[in-house]
Amino acid sequence: MAQDGTSGTELAAAGDHDEAHAVSPGTAVVSSDAVRDPGLPPHRLRVTDTNPKKAKTAERAVYTLFYLSLAGSIFAVAAYMAFPIVPEDLLSVRLNNMFIGIGMTLALLGIGIGAVHWGKALMADHEAIDIRHPVRGTDETRARAVEIFDEANQESGFGRRSLIRNTLIGSLIAFPLPAVVLFRGLAPEGEDPVELLSHTMWEAGTRLARDPDGTPIKASDVTIGSVFHVIPENLPGSEHMLEEKTKAIVLLMRLKPEDLVEEESRKDWSYNGIVAYSKVCTHVGCPVALYEQQTHHLLCPCHQSQFDVANHAAVIFGPAARPLPQLPIAVDDEGYLVAQSDFREPVGPSFWERH
Amino acid sequence: MSTSTATRPETSVEKKSGGFTAAASNYLDERTSISAVVKEFGRKVFPDHWSFLLGEVALYSFVVILLSGTFLTFFFQASMAEVHYDGSYVPLKGVEMSAAMASTLDISFDIRGGLLMRQIHHWAALLFVASIGLHMMRIFFTGAFRKPRELNWVIGFVLFILAMAEGFTGYSLPDDLLSGNGLRIIDGMIKGIPLVGTWISFLLFGGEFPGTAIVGRLYTLHILLLPALVLLFIALHLVFVVVHKHTQFSGPGKTQQNVVGYPVLPVYAAKAGGFFFIVFGVIVLLATFFTINPIWNYGPYDPSPVSAGTQPDWYIGFADGALRLIPPHLEFVLFDRTWSFNILIPLGALGLFIVLAMIYPFIEAWVTGDKREHHILDRPRNAATRTAIGAAGLTFYAGLWAAASSDIIATHFKLTMEGVIHALQFVVIAGPFIAYFITKRICLALQKKDREIVLHGYESGRIIRLPGGEYIEKHEPIDEYQRWKLVSYHDYKPLMIRPNSRGKISVGQRARAALSRWFFEDRIAPPTRGEIEASHHHEDHVEIESSHQNH
Repeated sequence: MAQDGTSGTELAAAGDHDEAHAVSPGTAVVSSDAVRDPGLPPHRLRVTDTNPKKAKTAERAVYTLFYLSLAGSIFAVAAYMAFPIVPEDLLSVRLNNMFIGIGMTLALLGIGIGAVHWGKALMADHEAIDIRHPVRGTDETRARAVEIFDEANQESGFGRRSLIRNTLIGSLIAFPLPAVVLFRGLAPEGEDPVELLSHTMWEAGTRLARDPDGTPIKASDVTIGSVFHVIPENLPGSEHMLEEKTKAIVLLMRLKPEDLVEEESRKDWSYNGIVAYSKVCTHVGCPVALYEQQTHHLLCPCHQSQFDVANHAAVIFGPAARPLPQLPIAVDDEGYLVAQSDFREPVGPSFWERH
Repeated sequence: MSTSTATRPETSVEKKSGGFTAAASNYLDERTSISAVVKEFGRKVFPDHWSFLLGEVALYSFVVILLSGTFLTFFFQASMAEVHYDGSYVPLKGVEMSAAMASTLDISFDIRGGLLMRQIHHWAALLFVASIGLHMMRIFFTGAFRKPRELNWVIGFVLFILAMAEGFTGYSLPDDLLSGNGLRIIDGMIKGIPLVGTWISFLLFGGEFPGTAIVGRLYTLHILLLPALVLLFIALHLVFVVVHKHTQFSGPGKTQQNVVGYPVLPVYAAKAGGFFFIVFGVIVLLATFFTINPIWNYGPYDPSPVSAGTQPDWYIGFADGALRLIPPHLEFVLFDRTWSFNILIPLGALGLFIVLAMIYPFIEAWVTGDKREHHILDRPRNAATRTAIGAAGLTFYAGLWAAASSDIIATHFKLTMEGVIHALQFVVIAGPFIAYFITKRICLALQKKDREIVLHGYESGRIIRLPGGEYIEKHEPIDEYQRWKLVSYHDYKPLMIRPNSRGKISVGQRARAALSRWFFEDRIAPPTRGEIEASHHHEDHVEIESSHQNH
């Protein structure tokens, strides 16, 4: 209401056309000396209103655009036929995409720009005014609504017959429960998630193999400073390959033994400066795929957690909280790297039951 | 309008003369009473402003999404069954992948126009979320959420969340490397939720991640459940736009009781209808010339490889960024259970941010206590505190959003990864406060400038030398139409606490008064008629005075 330029007392009620309901303006300042609304400014004619030549030009532009749209549609259909996709020829895909696209673009923009131009330049542009009505229903309507509910209550006894009402409410709350229970079927039965999350494919004697081809790795192949993306040798072709791979991926690195800081209890988990750590970030499970050889740091590209390989993959930056789990390794009779056992703790992101 | 008059019963007697259109209209009306609809809505007035188009862009891009998405469903196979790819894209020939990925590649490389449709769908989805975001900003900063539109703000907010959910589910469907990684992150986040996290993850993926169920399940959500909800909420949203009638910016002749603009038939229909085709055309133009989501470069999902610089589609960035900004070691084992605060804090912060934004209209209504209907939009400067709060919220969001690309920022500008993270942590925590104060001061300064112009006119650029040698710049008064724009706004003052009927001051009252003080302590009142007159007199006086002095 300050916009109305009316006096103070009227202002408070102005939000509501129904004078009976003066609504509170709250802490709004209602000035009795507010500037008055000068009313709609005089209408300004467009150049197309005053100059028939310009109107003619605009008309021409509009139908030219519509013609262009027509041409675009035909062009798109023609392009569909004229530029088929030739198997194994990427250029043909590109041309197909481009020419159909150009045709459709023309067809659409022609209609769009044409219609808007028509509306702006040629159609009558006198401002029209609608009157608003308060959103709230009139007093009679509201009274009648209340009356209807009263009547329905009387006739049904909804308020009076409290046992009927309460048992109805109770049963309405209960009836979706079976549906909720049914969703238990989303996950397989007889599987314990905690058990599954706590173990991987690695077991004593499993050879460390290259990802993805599965060729085993000899300890002598691992030169200082090198890094290998590792999977269990028996992973390729196994059942539930992706699920197992999600947990079993490992990074193998060889550091100079003097760079490696190892706890006493884990001294025999490495071999000749070769260490193996889970590749699954302990934050939310992305593969920690980036190794910086000079600093021995691993970086997770998803959320930038950094782990220090020289120091049992301890977290040195980023949102992760726990070090990457270490896979204890050894060398078998033929000189291949093997796991001593499974990981000694669950790999990957934390979960509630983990401890 | 000739058709609608022709359908009226009294003119239907002479329908023969009206020809086919009249006859058809009459036929229809006698079975649907559609003439009443035309009468009611045919000349409904819509106000004009460029910012009102943002919501239209959202609506139209959703239509484009439905059209292009329907085409895609005819070819896409939402299955994770392993197949060996045997399509036209040579580098991936023979590679093992899911049927979902293979069919997406087939759409891209073996179906004429398929790539175009896929790219139209993806670009339209990006535009959909973007335009919803901008539309919400328009609503917020102009105060269009005030009574009676609070509920429509909430409905719109639900739409924003649904749009992001639609985007994420769709992004995950091709089962390529990036989308699989995205799902892995979701899986890791869910597992961090206390008590139920492990089980929710297990139920969602049908066992261990990734399983063979997730693509099919997301597909059902993506093409059935979520679109149905989006349609429902859009329908509700638009019903309320009709019930409330559109808001308008303040201007001469525009009041709380009227809508000034153009009627649906013909002008608004031409403009809005034409605009649909323009939006559609621009999306097709983008899809024609700009690659989006080239899954063939990423390859099928495999839990092991990932490339540097991975990041989600932009609208999920704020959530991903929140995960990145958490400092290390915020996770511990207590009572034999793992408490992952490195995940719970960002989830909680985002949840709080979303809830606060969603209920903001109710907070402001409570603070002002204003129960009137508001159909005239605020200029952002005239609601300085609200605008500043909005700027603070945007800064918070922007900081999180930028963090999703922290590694790319670091490599692009040759900064350290850690430095960028620390800087963005500062932006997210301190930035909102800084933005708040700066914005508020700018708003108040602009209000002062407006007041100055109303009272003393605008600087005409004309320098006058007074007889005494003094130079002054002549200020010209502005005309009353321009002046109206500068003075017609609401002004609130801080709430005075008064004891209630029992002589007490409640805690709620105190809180409201404190908030009210925070909102309205610094305020610039709109100039009144008296002030304008006084300033004119004063100016005349000064000029005479100064010329006197110099004699």
